Amino acid sequence: MSNTLITPEAEAPQEASGAAARTLRAAARRRALITGGGFILLGLYALWAFGLGTKSGIDATFGMTVSGSGPEVGDLDVAARATAIAMAVLCMAAGVARIVLAPDNKLVGRLTAGVFVVAFLVAFLCWAVAGKQMSFAGALQNTMLAATPLILGALAGVIGERSGIVNIAIEGQFLFGAFGAALTASVTDSLWAGLIAGAVAGGLVGLLLAVFAVRYVVEQVVLGVVINLLVAGLTGFLYSQLMRPNADKYNNPDIFQSHAIPLLSDIPVIGPVLFDVNIIVYLMYALVVIVHFALFNTRWGLRARAVGEHPTAADTVGIKVNRTRYLNVSMAGCIAGIGGAFLTIGTVGSFSKDMASGAGYIALAAVIFGRWRPLGAVAAALMFGFFKALATSLQTLQTPIPTEFLTMLPYIVTVFAVAGLVGKVRPPAAANKPYVKG
Amino acid sequence: MTALKLELRGITKRFGSLVANDHIDLTVEPGEIHCLLGENGAGKSTLMNVLYGLYEPTSGEIVVDGTPREFRTAGDAIAAGIGMVHQHFMLVPVFTVAENVMLGHEETQALGWLDRRRAKKKVLDLVAEYGLAVDPDALVEDLPVGLQQRVEILKALVRDAKVLILDEPTAVLTPQETEELFRVMRSLRESGVSIVFITHKLKEVKAVADRITVIRRGKVVGSADPAASETELASLMVGRPVDLVVHKEPAQPGEVRFALDKLTVLDDFGNVQVDAVDLELREGEILGIAGVQGNGQTELTQAILGLRRPAAGSIRLDGRDITALSPRKTLDAGVGFVPEDRQHDGIVGEFTVSENLVLDLVTRPPFGNGISVDPKAVRDNARKRVAEFDIRTQSIDTPAGSLSGGNQQKVVVAREMSRPLRMFIASQPTRGVDVGAMEFIHQRIVAERDIGTPVIIVSTELDEVVALADRIAVMYRGRIVGIVPPTASREQLGLLMAGVDDPELLARAAGNPNLVTEDDSTATAEGSAPEADPTAGEEGQA
Ligand SMILES: Nc1ncnc2c1ncn2[C@@H]1O[C@H](COP(=O)(O)OP(=O)(O)OP(=O)(O)O)[C@@H](O)[C@H]1O
Ligand SMILES: [Mg+2]
Repeated sequence: MSNTLITPEAEAPQEASGAAARTLRAAARRRALITGGGFILLGLYALWAFGLGTKSGIDATFGMTVSGSGPEVGDLDVAARATAIAMAVLCMAAGVARIVLAPDNKLVGRLTAGVFVVAFLVAFLCWAVAGKQMSFAGALQNTMLAATPLILGALAGVIGERSGIVNIAIEGQFLFGAFGAALTASVTDSLWAGLIAGAVAGGLVGLLLAVFAVRYVVEQVVLGVVINLLVAGLTGFLYSQLMRPNADKYNNPDIFQSHAIPLLSDIPVIGPVLFDVNIIVYLMYALVVIVHFALFNTRWGLRARAVGEHPTAADTVGIKVNRTRYLNVSMAGCIAGIGGAFLTIGTVGSFSKDMASGAGYIALAAVIFGRWRPLGAVAAALMFGFFKALATSLQTLQTPIPTEFLTMLPYIVTVFAVAGLVGKVRPPAAANKPYVKG
Repeated sequence: MTALKLELRGITKRFGSLVANDHIDLTVEPGEIHCLLGENGAGKSTLMNVLYGLYEPTSGEIVVDGTPREFRTAGDAIAAGIGMVHQHFMLVPVFTVAENVMLGHEETQALGWLDRRRAKKKVLDLVAEYGLAVDPDALVEDLPVGLQQRVEILKALVRDAKVLILDEPTAVLTPQETEELFRVMRSLRESGVSIVFITHKLKEVKAVADRITVIRRGKVVGSADPAASETELASLMVGRPVDLVVHKEPAQPGEVRFALDKLTVLDDFGNVQVDAVDLELREGEILGIAGVQGNGQTELTQAILGLRRPAAGSIRLDGRDITALSPRKTLDAGVGFVPEDRQHDGIVGEFTVSENLVLDLVTRPPFGNGISVDPKAVRDNARKRVAEFDIRTQSIDTPAGSLSGGNQQKVVVAREMSRPLRMFIASQPTRGVDVGAMEFIHQRIVAERDIGTPVIIVSTELDEVVALADRIAVMYRGRIVGIVPPTASREQLGLLMAGVDDPELLARAAGNPNLVTEDDSTATAEGSAPEADPTAGEEGQA
């Protein structure tokens, strides 16, 4: 009997007692007050700047179809001033709701934040586009254009960091993949060969990273930056020595044509954007799904994460830590290489010096913003792509906003998103920690 | 199951110039429980890591059933039927119990898809077979250390090991959990499994060992009879007579120096772990906090140090409110703290021993001034502490992470006890240290008390609490359910730890009807404050 008495399991902890619950609620209320207050203030600003700042009686026109693709949808005309005012009011309403409705309810928090962001954005667009026309469908298409390589790069980053190696070299993998794909596709006249070459080229850069990180235990962040400089130099050299003088022969690849998926591509507005695209984008969809499910549901994923969280523990159950890291980082390189291939044989149709222009670093930001989860990274990459596309559209519209600011916009949004919205997250515990056996 | 005979012949393992194992011969017969005894740093873990394929021996061979084998990786050893529970947890904190148990030999369907259902069932089967209850879906990082240890044991069991190495599994277990483990060990022995068992607790050795091998400074120095007395075993192990009893004068409690007032602390999920605790600690007394692991002790110490902000209530030291102070400021206020998980919170593994010995002191004289550090002072201090606390390290510049488990613990204790303190609080202060070092640490704690420092010792080790404490507070489900003198009977402590608050039962267990209310402060501490109680009750039902 004494045995039953003395071994109480540490049971499920109890409900918060009076004092504790009160403190918690007070803290939640304070947070709600700050966020909600912020929403209201920004809503007031939107009302003043976007609502009252727009002349009455003019429309903002948003084009909903890109000519030649998908079903025809009429343009969307909205009364700019009225809509902007309505949206500004909605912003403030979201703020009020945040404060008044259950302050410690997570769903309320997310919902109000979502409503606020969308309403603010719409108010802004009404003001910026008032009296003009902006192709919304075109902006969406540009979003996909910018996001596709970012998503592939972010997947590479997720796989690397989850296995314990920080992949700063995504930029280099993009560049080398873009270069390899353009060159091979030009020489062989086969887009598929180009795509494979792009993947292999990215994989090689990944392997290089793995060798130095695993075998020579080089600090991974420094290593990644050095590799990026190396690849930039190498491709730059080959470009000016080889490609530019013989552009016809070495830098003249075809471009993957888009294929429309029946039915799906007939969905208004988003159908053609998502389902009338080229093979690399479809490949990207597949990779997102595969990597996401594989990482959390297969033996490979379990082992990769074990190696990235607690390599010693993985070692003690017979997992070959360093071999796993080699394999995964090289494979991740291949995926980023495909992203690079998209830059040349997926869109532009030729290689140019430093054409990745920092996309690799944005992909890295997407990894963190996405909390080291593939789907999260996808969302982050799409967000970046959208703001980039938006900035481009607005630039051509000649809005009152300075162009320089518009160029900065996607980066500003990324910085704020990573710094502000991500909050407390924990990277894989053994990321950037080499594993050396005793 | 075919039993397996294991021989280690002339195993030598060097780390640089250090010889951790020096021509060790060891034979483990099928179906025996073989205890390895030895001081901290004697080389026990190293030897076992060699056997398990994690370290490559400098020389020597491993012979399994008469054939020499070479284990290059842990995988090889596992394939040969060897399982090991490591001294430091080898669990992935963000994985569930089932994921940790299956890692390395996953149940899969087509395409390597994890069969989580089968994995979970395997865990539950083992749980049923050995009575080691644990939820397969729980995240390991949310489990108290006692349960984590259970997961480690399940991990070893699930592979049907024929030789099971248990490297100090009981260091974090309560006596009851240890008893459970012994039950499992005995039933494994019945089925022909041989077990190598490492522990510093001589009682345990006597309880389960069939054979005992003693290692000192990397060499086998002999074997001992399990029937030998604890004192004999202790002196064989340390090489000198050891006093296993703590000698101390009765406490001379002075004024109240430290007080908790309705302290309420939540865990990361908002659950109450410390529930309106009132506690007073006087100058020159040692208060032991006993209780089964996971009853709020961890959160209580974290709150005192400032690692966790209390949800309500206050903490006062020498009249000053330290409730909201950061850990840095709390330490500066003169609180010495030994955390329960040395690897996680006590040392920085990559830093050297000398750096770890001044970890929280470098910003102040004599070691520095907040901008620069005086390397000479740091090194002098390190030499002094290493000698004083008998820290077995190659040099003071060795990374602390490569020290043996017990020596890492000594580093933490040495650092925290080597400055003037206004209060000292230690969780499991002697976890994993050998009997010789334990004797020394206990003496130091008593000496600290005798110069007037109030001391709190949190330990799941009842022996240690009883030996050191002048008063024992028992925690159960976040509350202090009773404060008793160290003379209280084990039955009474056991009942309190189980949360029994029936005065009649307790009085009977105590053999003295007045014992429970002997101390006036008990009355308030027991049920916590009268007005807090009804509220707590309401919330509980809501
Ligand atoms: N990876 C390593 N690198 C360098 N030295 C090491 C390493 N591992 C252990 N040592 C040293 O080898 C010696 C033996 O350590 P070991 O961990 O085997 O001791 P132990 O008998 O298990 O002690 P404890 O009872 O404290 O766990 C110690 O001096 C330790 O510092
Ligand atoms: Mg050890």
